Amino acid sequence: MKTILKAATLALALGSSSLAMAEPIKIGLITTLSGGGAGLGVDTRDGFMLAIKQSGNKDITVITEDDAQKPELAVQIADKMIQSDQVDILTGIVWSNLLMAVVPGVVAQEKLYISTNAAPAALAGEKCDPLYFNAAYQNDNLHEAMGEYANKVYKKMFIMAPNYPAGKDSLTGFKRYFKGDVSKEIYTQVGQTDYAAEIAQIRASGADGVFAFLPGGMGIAFMKQYAQSGVKIPVIGPGFSFSQDVLPAIGDAALGAKASGQWAKDLDNAANKKFVPAFQAEYGRLPSIYAVQAYDAGQLIVAAAAKASIKDTAAFAAELKKADIQSPRGKFKFNTNRHPIQDIYVTEVVKDNGVLTNKIVEKIFTDHGDAYAKDCKK
Amino acid sequence: MTFALAIEQLLNGVQLGVMLFLMAAGLTLIFGVMGLINLAHGSLYMVGAFACASVAAWTGSFWLGVIASLAAAAAAGAIIEITVIRRLYDRDHLDQVLATFALILIFSEGTRWLFGSFPLYLDIPAALQGAMELPGGAQYPVYRLAIIVTGALVALGLYLLISKTRLGMRIRAGESDREMIAALGVDIRTLYTLVFALGAALAGLAGAMVGALQSVQVGMGEPVLILAFVVIIIGGIGSIKGALIGALLVGVVDTMGRFLLPQVFALVVPPAQAGLIGGSLASMLIYILMAIILAVKPRGLFPAQA
Repeated sequence: MKTILKAATLALALGSSSLAMAEPIKIGLITTLSGGGAGLGVDTRDGFMLAIKQSGNKDITVITEDDAQKPELAVQIADKMIQSDQVDILTGIVWSNLLMAVVPGVVAQEKLYISTNAAPAALAGEKCDPLYFNAAYQNDNLHEAMGEYANKVYKKMFIMAPNYPAGKDSLTGFKRYFKGDVSKEIYTQVGQTDYAAEIAQIRASGADGVFAFLPGGMGIAFMKQYAQSGVKIPVIGPGFSFSQDVLPAIGDAALGAKASGQWAKDLDNAANKKFVPAFQAEYGRLPSIYAVQAYDAGQLIVAAAAKASIKDTAAFAAELKKADIQSPRGKFKFNTNRHPIQDIYVTEVVKDNGVLTNKIVEKIFTDHGDAYAKDCKK
Repeated sequence: MTFALAIEQLLNGVQLGVMLFLMAAGLTLIFGVMGLINLAHGSLYMVGAFACASVAAWTGSFWLGVIASLAAAAAAGAIIEITVIRRLYDRDHLDQVLATFALILIFSEGTRWLFGSFPLYLDIPAALQGAMELPGGAQYPVYRLAIIVTGALVALGLYLLISKTRLGMRIRAGESDREMIAALGVDIRTLYTLVFALGAALAGLAGAMVGALQSVQVGMGEPVLILAFVVIIIGGIGSIKGALIGALLVGVVDTMGRFLLPQVFALVVPPAQAGLIGGSLASMLIYILMAIILAVKPRGLFPAQA
């Protein structure tokens, strides 16, 4: 049986070896497919698979596993994928605390890691690695953009984020650009569902704006409760707080909210005009920012695979770094620390044909890198 | 800190407590009467929320959704009692924990299979939208007040049910001596199914009410379940009164901790640090409370007579 399978695989491989480099590439996609964060993982997986499918490259195989948003599980899966499945590239982790647990082991075993979302400061600066790429952003970026935006609109901000690496990066990033007063800085619990205590403090704070970084279910809970509280202070946040995966569940309470993003559905470029309908046709829903980031990670691998052999990790990494792709985000290139340099926009939640979505209001940063690139010496 | 803020935070604590009570009441009844540890109680909460969200989306009425949540959770409770739980009464707690943990996984994946991975939308009914002015100048969301009132009514109803009705008498009898009540000719199997369905319906109601405040998603029950266990341990396992007092205590301590601790730390360290340390300590606070109470009263505040 095994020999028949092998022969069949070989025949298939030969049949499709029109590409110059027909080296098979095995990718391990570890993401969150169960529990409260599953929506983010599903979008990551679907965006990534769309890029692979569109490439038509039959030499690429993807193994997907669920990390259940648990760092210890993610580490086990990564080890298993590297040692027994013999994957060449790992990708897909949504959460920074999981990424911090997985990436050092992956690069130590000479495998590539391409992050589709999580981008903790540590891995962008001193602990950067030639085999670690980030196709999304650096964690601080979208928060920096909101800090810059808030300078124009607000004088005194109430800022809050969950107590985990990306939450700390978030408030650090916001404060790096925001020049006004921070009336209060609050760290909430990861996965918290009731924000009454925080909303009461917002009411009493005297701030004229609220910056909240609350991805996934946390943002849904906060925005719904905030809308009911009678507090009228406007809420702004990074794109994750109002991304496409949570908007339907927040409902009209999100209307008018300003957020930052390196992509929006209405971004005017050829790649985006192709990507959005393709994603909708494939999955029957609008893509979120997580889908776009994973889509680009998939495109990066496809592009590098056309030029270099995965067996030569250094050459493959060099091809990845060229970032020869058409991103739905428009301009996209890698900084010296292999994190993106890209434009960042301010968006507003609007209703488009009865569907809540984000619309671009203005460009806040052009060719924005990150503050840690200078510390990356590798 | 102003008076209005203090009142608002106190109400927040009471509201969280009332919600926990709805979960803990069922959990403690089931443990008290049947001696069963039911980890799947959080799944029944999730069933309630999903039933409410889907019926509300389908009919446009939140109230029909609430009725559906009671019915769906009670039905789910009765079904798992008859098919799975019934076989576990004579087993030890480890078997019960294993089997009900399996139920959590089955419920979670089943719900994901039916409804998908993305959170559902459930909004507060129009009549309970917005905030109202309280004496003292505080503003408070009407919906949260409604949750407090509902919880108080349920507590009263449970008290009357347990202490004044024949069913309640049997439940109490079942709690004190299972063999004797069966020997007296009470149909203990039906009684158990009824109690289990009642506990499930309360969890479903909690899920439906909280679903309108947060996201209705797979796995939403487990964090609440942990808190509910803390509540019944503090209150004394098997005691409804203990569950009520324990729930209010946990609700108020948790809310006040999240609110006050960062401010206390802000007196000695910079605000950014204070937020971090205070926030971390606040999330431990109820467990510290539980440890202290258990050190003083090892069987909880109001242990049921055994």
